[in-house]
Amino acid sequence: MNLAKTNAPSPNNNNVFAKIIDWFGSTLGKIFVSIFVPAVTFIVLWQGYLFLSKANAPQILQVIVAIVWGVGGVALLYLVTNWLVMKLPPKAARTLQPFVFVGPAVAIMAWFLAIPVVRSLIASFRNALGTEWVGLDNYVYAFTNPRMLETFRNNALWMVFGTSFSVGLGLLIAFLADRTKAEVVYKSIIFTPMAISFVGAGVIWKFVYTYKGTGVGIQEIGLLNAIVTALGGTPQPWLNIPPWNNFFLIIIMIWLQTGYAMVILSSAIKGVPAELLEAARIDGATETRAFFNIIIPYIKGTLLTVTTTIVIFSLKTFDIVRVMTGGNYGTNVIANEFYLQSFTYNDAGKASAIAIVLLLLVTPVIVNNIRSFNEQRKGF
Amino acid sequence: MAKGQKTTKRTQNFWTNFVLIFICVVWMVPVIGILITSFRPSEDIFKTGWWTVFPHKEDVEIDRVVLPETVDVNGPITYGGKTAMFEEWQRGVQLDDGTKATWYGNKRTRTLIISQNQWVGFATNLTLKNYQDVLTGKTITYKDAQGNTITRVGNNLGGAFLNSLAVSIPGTIIPILIAAFAAFGFAWLEFPGRNIFFTIIVALLVVPLQIALVPILQDYVGLGLNGTFLGIWLAHTGFGLPLATYLLFNYISSLPRELLESAYIDGASNFTIFTNLILPLSVPALASFAIFQFLWLWNDYLVALVFLGEKNQTVTIAVARLVGEKGQDWHLMTAAAFVSMILPLIVFLALQRYFVRGLMAGSVKG
Repeated sequence: MNLAKTNAPSPNNNNVFAKIIDWFGSTLGKIFVSIFVPAVTFIVLWQGYLFLSKANAPQILQVIVAIVWGVGGVALLYLVTNWLVMKLPPKAARTLQPFVFVGPAVAIMAWFLAIPVVRSLIASFRNALGTEWVGLDNYVYAFTNPRMLETFRNNALWMVFGTSFSVGLGLLIAFLADRTKAEVVYKSIIFTPMAISFVGAGVIWKFVYTYKGTGVGIQEIGLLNAIVTALGGTPQPWLNIPPWNNFFLIIIMIWLQTGYAMVILSSAIKGVPAELLEAARIDGATETRAFFNIIIPYIKGTLLTVTTTIVIFSLKTFDIVRVMTGGNYGTNVIANEFYLQSFTYNDAGKASAIAIVLLLLVTPVIVNNIRSFNEQRKGF
Repeated sequence: MAKGQKTTKRTQNFWTNFVLIFICVVWMVPVIGILITSFRPSEDIFKTGWWTVFPHKEDVEIDRVVLPETVDVNGPITYGGKTAMFEEWQRGVQLDDGTKATWYGNKRTRTLIISQNQWVGFATNLTLKNYQDVLTGKTITYKDAQGNTITRVGNNLGGAFLNSLAVSIPGTIIPILIAAFAAFGFAWLEFPGRNIFFTIIVALLVVPLQIALVPILQDYVGLGLNGTFLGIWLAHTGFGLPLATYLLFNYISSLPRELLESAYIDGASNFTIFTNLILPLSVPALASFAIFQFLWLWNDYLVALVFLGEKNQTVTIAVARLVGEKGQDWHLMTAAAFVSMILPLIVFLALQRYFVRGLMAGSVKG
């Protein structure tokens, strides 16, 4: 009944049909162009891609083409899509245009982060090749295997010692430097390691820890062993002695991250109202008391943020361990075990389970971020 | 009273500076160590610590004495008025004239090295050869300490440097462009699902990228993107977008509403407003994120290792490989480490202010 009614040719429907035809006619040329332009864009980009994937041109030329093609390509895509959308009737254009703006970002984030969460979750219940369901086997491995327990212990060491020393030292330096004339110099020196890759830092510290062995006439070339020898001790292969080698690796993280903590905390300390400190001093408070009773409570929020960031960093630590010991000698960490499982043992199931464990570890932070964001923007 | 306070203040200042200088020295010495080492000849590096390039007191060889065949090397040996066993000579014996005699090699050499403890000035035999060695990809021939001719292929860090540029520059600009569009959309355009999408972005800020590596690598193998620049740009775009969008959103949404409204009244389209108004106004925020992302990409190891591998290797991969393959060749590793550090250091020191601003705005990067 309903169907018949819809299909019945009524004058009203005819009218709409005619209108559509009309619109088609008037924009036929435009549509042709609208297909032609994206097609040309696509061909140009595709040719660039082919050139880049197979080229035997000199490397420098490839790099330049890569840069122009990559950056220009993205700009071009936006231009063309926007131009296409603007060709649509105004109402459709208005509805679609926001998606031209946010669409690519949302799509890429979905592909690279959001959907992989689900895919990894599924893979974590399947076997090494992803061919069969294995239930909770991978999680049993992740939570009970001695290898994994070792990584948990080491990550806990990284988290506790790495974070507390980075934040503590950063706070100390920020506080002390604030009252000196050479503040900028001190802060720059501590901050600069942030520009260095973990791999580079690995080389720097590997050289500090290097060990030549004992014997007559051998002069240690590693700084640490030279100092130990000069003080009358015996040189040691520092990176091979569990569990202490973990601490020698953690020192590298502290060296890299203290600058970060310092910079953020320093600006927070500068935000403490001078009158507050002045008043405390007039009341006879010592510098130490002023620090613990006024500055610390005042910068509590920042302190928490910095600590959280460094905790996340320490949970995901990978490069340092990979370069320094490869996770051997009892220094393995979760992210390195993930790497080994996925790319050395080709066990996608275990690797995914480990990745999910990492995700679970940062979940409280995710929840907290969302909560504070929603509070911040009530009127979003 | 006032004077007493002044003195306390001065002592306090002294200790403050003392502690800070101490920490700064500890911070810098490891870097100075590899910087100096990278300029030393490889034989020297393995023989003596890098600190010996500075003036110091050292036993300098002044003479060599070969003991006659009549001396029994298995019994007590007398030389220069001292009598000692071989092992003691091997460790070195202080002679009465202030010199020191040390046995050279094993018993059969019968050679004593006579040395004197004296001041040695700055080392002058520094070289650029290590850099030449790591930078080129050509075959290098040189003579080692024993006079053997050694031929080997350079480590082509120069090529890796270019690859790192090819990864980092588009890998910085592409996500910024995409994020700026998205941030504008989220901040000023109305569309269904805006709130949910943005909440998801906030959630993605700290998601560990490990979660994405296996699935994305599968996709890449299927699409033929593995090992290509396009693949790694996309990956870095994906991993960098949440932070970029979040930072730029915070900035763009705080721009004055009247500004945009007057532009709309003048009949400007969203696209024109974005390119002619929003982008120029957002330069500080864009710059902050750009530096952040650039340093992050240049220094990245994991993503490059997974998606580029040894084809088109970046500097971090090249350096890490060197550490794995030539773990004792400090002349190569130190020079390579410095090559990998030089560009980020320049960018960082020149644009520190922007970098700090970026750090402040987004201290929750995943």
